[in-house]
Amino acid sequence: MKKKKNKKKVRTIQVDYLARVEGEATLYIQLEDEKIREVKLKIFEPPRFFEAFLRGRNFAEAPDITARICGICPVAYQMSSVHAMENAFGVQVEGALRDLRRLIYCGEWIESHSLHIYMLHAPDFLGYPDAVRMAKDHPEIVKRGLGLKKVGNEIISLLGGREIHPINVKVGGFYRTPTRKELQVLLPSLEKAREAALETLHWAAQFDFPDFEQDYEFVALSHTEEYPFNEGRIISNRGLDISVEEFEDYFQEQQVEYSNALHCLLRGKPYFVGPMARFNLNFEKFSPVVQQAANSIGLLPGLKNPFKSILVRSLEVLHACEEALRIVQNYQEASSATIKISASAGKGYACTEAPRGLLYHRYHINSQELIEEAKIVPPTSQNQKIIEDDLFKLLEHSLHLEEEKLQEYCEHAVRNYDPCISCATHFLKLQVERK
Amino acid sequence: MSHSSTPKLAVWKFASCDGCQLSLLDCEDELLAISEKLEIAHFLEASRLQIAGPYDLSLVEGSITTAQDLEKIQKIRQQSKYLVCIGACATSGGIQALRNFQDVKEFSSAVYAKPHYIETLKTSTSIASHVLVDFELQGCPINKKQLIEVILAFLQQRQPNIPSYSVCVECKQAGKVCVMVASGTPCLGPVTHAGCGAVCPAYHRGCYACYGPMESPNTQALSRRWQDLGASRKDLVRVFRTFNAYANDFHKISEFHEKKEK
Repeated sequence: MKKKKNKKKVRTIQVDYLARVEGEATLYIQLEDEKIREVKLKIFEPPRFFEAFLRGRNFAEAPDITARICGICPVAYQMSSVHAMENAFGVQVEGALRDLRRLIYCGEWIESHSLHIYMLHAPDFLGYPDAVRMAKDHPEIVKRGLGLKKVGNEIISLLGGREIHPINVKVGGFYRTPTRKELQVLLPSLEKAREAALETLHWAAQFDFPDFEQDYEFVALSHTEEYPFNEGRIISNRGLDISVEEFEDYFQEQQVEYSNALHCLLRGKPYFVGPMARFNLNFEKFSPVVQQAANSIGLLPGLKNPFKSILVRSLEVLHACEEALRIVQNYQEASSATIKISASAGKGYACTEAPRGLLYHRYHINSQELIEEAKIVPPTSQNQKIIEDDLFKLLEHSLHLEEEKLQEYCEHAVRNYDPCISCATHFLKLQVERK
Repeated sequence: MSHSSTPKLAVWKFASCDGCQLSLLDCEDELLAISEKLEIAHFLEASRLQIAGPYDLSLVEGSITTAQDLEKIQKIRQQSKYLVCIGACATSGGIQALRNFQDVKEFSSAVYAKPHYIETLKTSTSIASHVLVDFELQGCPINKKQLIEVILAFLQQRQPNIPSYSVCVECKQAGKVCVMVASGTPCLGPVTHAGCGAVCPAYHRGCYACYGPMESPNTQALSRRWQDLGASRKDLVRVFRTFNAYANDFHKISEFHEKKEK
């Protein structure tokens, strides 16, 4: 953190590297006479140009290539890409294969949310630099978090072959589906994980949450019967209700000079995606057990405090454990690991709910089965503007804080969104300039 | 400043997906034990604490794609007693090295409306192209058990036991049926570095070489086998140009097929 002063009473606070986020970014804040002039979330993660090198690749390569955008949520990229391809070819995966896709997504939500709750976010509430040092005082709690995370990884490994960049997902289904017996192995760990998820929720409910609310536009998928994973319409709390194909008519990506990630806006305005958006828009789709758990800690839809996102993540871990148990218990082996695909020229669209929110993919496939154009909009680029807005509001009431505290508070506010900067391009640096 | 004799661990990131450093956090059963043996002095994905160097062991993820990163890796080398590269990006330039075969300006225009805001080098290159590297752990992603072996070997001051033979050897050891012999599924196992545990054949799929080339691979012979199974030159260019496209042996064979195709 650097501090500068000049005649105009300019103050700059800069955190070169914001830690416990996935990727590389800086936060730059400029103050003039103790009034906030500018807040910029600068993503300096080097660009990797996925959309460019997807061109000319075979459609079947998309799930393996796009997985490499993010090591924390590769399943999300695989899910959005396979569903977009299937949309282009006019087919739909149903029955047991559809359930197995939901199951592997449950694994990723459990793994990614547990990582964030215990290793990235909780240390902010409890005043530790990291989970390893938190474990010196709270060994059982950190072990519980690692245990939960491990169960998520077990699901992904069993279905996907390995936890990071799974190899078993393909357009049309899977390379190989598990037998009923193979899948049943997950039951004891899932039952333990459900208990641990409930304990996590009650543990996190005791944290001290800053009194901070904003009037957000929440955007998430909505499915007629289920809490959303792979399908649904895109809705908001301000009346948006569109099909996935209409995404680009409403959402526009903008490039800003200071960031290697594009900002995505809804009708020119910032909006909020991720667990809190899903929770607020789909609460009634949770099972009665999950709804009851939420009620027991007073967590109700209409939630506007992003610091409480840790509670929603905990609740979604509980939901994912319940859903995984349901799928494993009812699983009937599919007759074939994949449905028949007849690739043809066309356009395909898909949105799925990555752990961090809406993930949009669009592909144009030519008559040689090759990708001609690809467009990918990750959740973090959608939340970037909202993160800046939050910091703006937060700073208005926090400028009295000493620099070190102010920096910690800003970092905490950014981590509310679990930003995955690898996805949005990747490292956070906080820079506050005071005039 | 720590006065204890606990060695200091640093984890560094360049252009990458974060998956290989996540492998360390994915060691759910071993992480706390590792943190007893090594002081986590710099690991930004996991901790906001940044303890100054020098570091006893540096794990480096990612490839070099910007001018700043060129400088950063030099500083890291100076501060590190033992430097290990983890993953395909660090050992071969990763999937983002696909830019090395094309015009990066054109790539930038495909993704960004105002490409002049984007600062990037023309190539994505491995860490060893710029500094001395003590050990390279291949894989996209790395195998976390192999990562633990590398860390243990460092702590015990011995060479890591990481075999450099092909995926085929692992596949046979695991008692799997060869997908190429039994069902004519094209497989890159014969030229690919072991380490994944032959996971693709176990799922009835051909290996796609995410662990990069093994030591002295016979890519020509395997290419002929693929051609017998119906692969075109174009297909072969593509299969060798994925996550380890700029690794020397894969780079050479993909260029060979590209020239033949023209």
